[in-house]
Amino acid sequence: MGKGKAGVTSAAGTAPEKKTTSKTPGGSEKAFRTELLRQMLLIRRFEEKSAQMYGLRKIGGFCHLYIGQEAVAVGAVAALDLKDDYVLTAYRDHGHALACGMDPKAMMAELYGRQAGCSRGKGGSMHMFDVDKHMLGGNGIVGAHIPVATGVALKIKYKKENGVVLCFFGDGAIHQGSFHESLNLAKIWNLPIVYICENNQYGMGTDFRRVSSVTDFSKMGLSYDIPGSQMDGMDVLKVHAAVKEAADRARKEHQPSFIEAVTYRYKGHSMSDPATYRTKEELGEYKSQDPILILKAQMLKSKQLNNEEFDKIDAGCKRIGNEAVQFAEDSPQPAIEMLYEDVVV
Amino acid sequence: MPVIAFRQALKDAMDEEMARDQNVILMGEEVAQYNGAYKVSQGLLDKYGPERIIDTPITEEGFTGVGIGAALVGLRPIVEWMTVNFSAQAFDQVLNNAAKMLYMSGGQLKVPIVFRGPNGPAEYLASQHSQSFQAFYSHIPGIKVVAPSTPHDAKGMLKSAIRDDNPVIFLEGEMMYAWKGEVPDEEYLIPLGKAEVKRTGEEVTLISFSRSMQMVLEAAEVLEKEGYSAEVLDLRSLRPLDEEAVFASVVKTNRCVIIDNDWPMASFGSYLGWLISKNCFDSLDAPVELVAMEDVPMPYNHTLELAVQPSMEKIVTAAKRVMYV
Repeated sequence: MGKGKAGVTSAAGTAPEKKTTSKTPGGSEKAFRTELLRQMLLIRRFEEKSAQMYGLRKIGGFCHLYIGQEAVAVGAVAALDLKDDYVLTAYRDHGHALACGMDPKAMMAELYGRQAGCSRGKGGSMHMFDVDKHMLGGNGIVGAHIPVATGVALKIKYKKENGVVLCFFGDGAIHQGSFHESLNLAKIWNLPIVYICENNQYGMGTDFRRVSSVTDFSKMGLSYDIPGSQMDGMDVLKVHAAVKEAADRARKEHQPSFIEAVTYRYKGHSMSDPATYRTKEELGEYKSQDPILILKAQMLKSKQLNNEEFDKIDAGCKRIGNEAVQFAEDSPQPAIEMLYEDVVV
Repeated sequence: MPVIAFRQALKDAMDEEMARDQNVILMGEEVAQYNGAYKVSQGLLDKYGPERIIDTPITEEGFTGVGIGAALVGLRPIVEWMTVNFSAQAFDQVLNNAAKMLYMSGGQLKVPIVFRGPNGPAEYLASQHSQSFQAFYSHIPGIKVVAPSTPHDAKGMLKSAIRDDNPVIFLEGEMMYAWKGEVPDEEYLIPLGKAEVKRTGEEVTLISFSRSMQMVLEAAEVLEKEGYSAEVLDLRSLRPLDEEAVFASVVKTNRCVIIDNDWPMASFGSYLGWLISKNCFDSLDAPVELVAMEDVPMPYNHTLELAVQPSMEKIVTAAKRVMYV
């Protein structure tokens, strides 16, 4: 894979077909791919709904949309069994939360700041949590969750469990000390964790090439003797294959891995960012390599999907988005008495 | 009753809790093979092995965050900071992760972790190694901050801290590790958030915690010899704060001196002074006094560094000032 902006397949459907085993035991490849497609569409439609509701001022504050990056969370989390495994991510967390199977209604209610929200209206967009689904946030400080994720992996090792931790972060976080300290700790203690850098090319408004000593982040693991690889983050099947390999290695050998997923966000850094630091042509180029379109084209070609089926899945996801909004609208505001709840146990 | 050193009391507390609960681990710089920079973890590696007594590299943000992550999923880590001065490197982890997870997850995630180490000035360590962190940490909702002053309290409170489901900052003192005191053989716990009257008196209340308690008790002796009756309150815990005990004493004596070995501006002591002024206004016969550090970085020179800090003489003078004598 090339450097910098490279690493993205040239056009939908032309990526080399790599056989990906089904996640569901006994499930067909078609069913597996259909599920990946459904999850990516759900994130896309959920995020579009979030943007719409933000525009209507139903949602406030910092809201970072995942549109364009869906393949990374969906492909990676599909390699997990969340009974044993864990996911931690940064503030662009709606996609990972949905990929972990979190309830879209509870998530939309959280965006609305309502009592029925997954964090009871106290977390908001950047702090989606679901302990039962092993989705441990949702962290608003760039890079701050990387040591925390490493600590979850320490627990797995100490308890001699079978799990693995996926730790997602962006190209902005990779220069934080917390990243470098964590990789060193994970290696000296042989922890079962996969660090996944979602390189969406921009740390807020700054092109990653302007602030990084290397443009191929996969080298970053080398200082810590951790194998690194760069993958096409727009192709969900490639993401799944790479993360599965790393997760298996973590499980079997208790060894950390580092993966750079080259991806792109279609929207600004947050809702308030018009993203004037990049060209329309650049955005258009990536939109033509849309992760949903890539998988759709692959499935159409291999006759695992027809347009009618696609439309039906899409309609279902749109309905879930609408229902989530309705649920959020109907949920009560948190009571003022809740202010002092959950400060300490 | 056996007399043991402060460091031994801390070690015994960790030892007993590790024997009791497999989820308790200790991690930090030099805690294992070196037996602790201040020998607080002496012998624990031999007893519990390297899986539970974990040496870390010098990466405070990293291993503090690792401890928090392990706590989120059920372990009960004790993270030793070689000195609390170095926790500045890890401050973000405490402030934004340990203290916030429970709240911002809507009550889903508990963080049962203890951060412990020597806080405040020792001797000849100059400005970067002589700082007090009680104001920084007690400012934060979502964590507990405790600072015992005797081996007895240290043991009982550290055991409670380890069993607590919240993050607890456990402040010790380099000069305190060799302090000796009576500690019973049988197991006991001291709840976090309970102050203790160390000496009853009638004319002025002296309030402090941690290392300063020794000179506060000496000051009370001196005052007694001069005919003044001072009550001494050891807060032991800064957050939660035993406001009831504070107010009860001040309402009784009508005068108060707070001794906080930290810079005065926006400090724990200045907050406590405001709290007392607000809640005991009708009982006060004089403004609340604060004996604090001078508002300068700590100098290396010994005469200067002593001049910066509270002293027995400064406490006596402040007590006389509020008694108008």
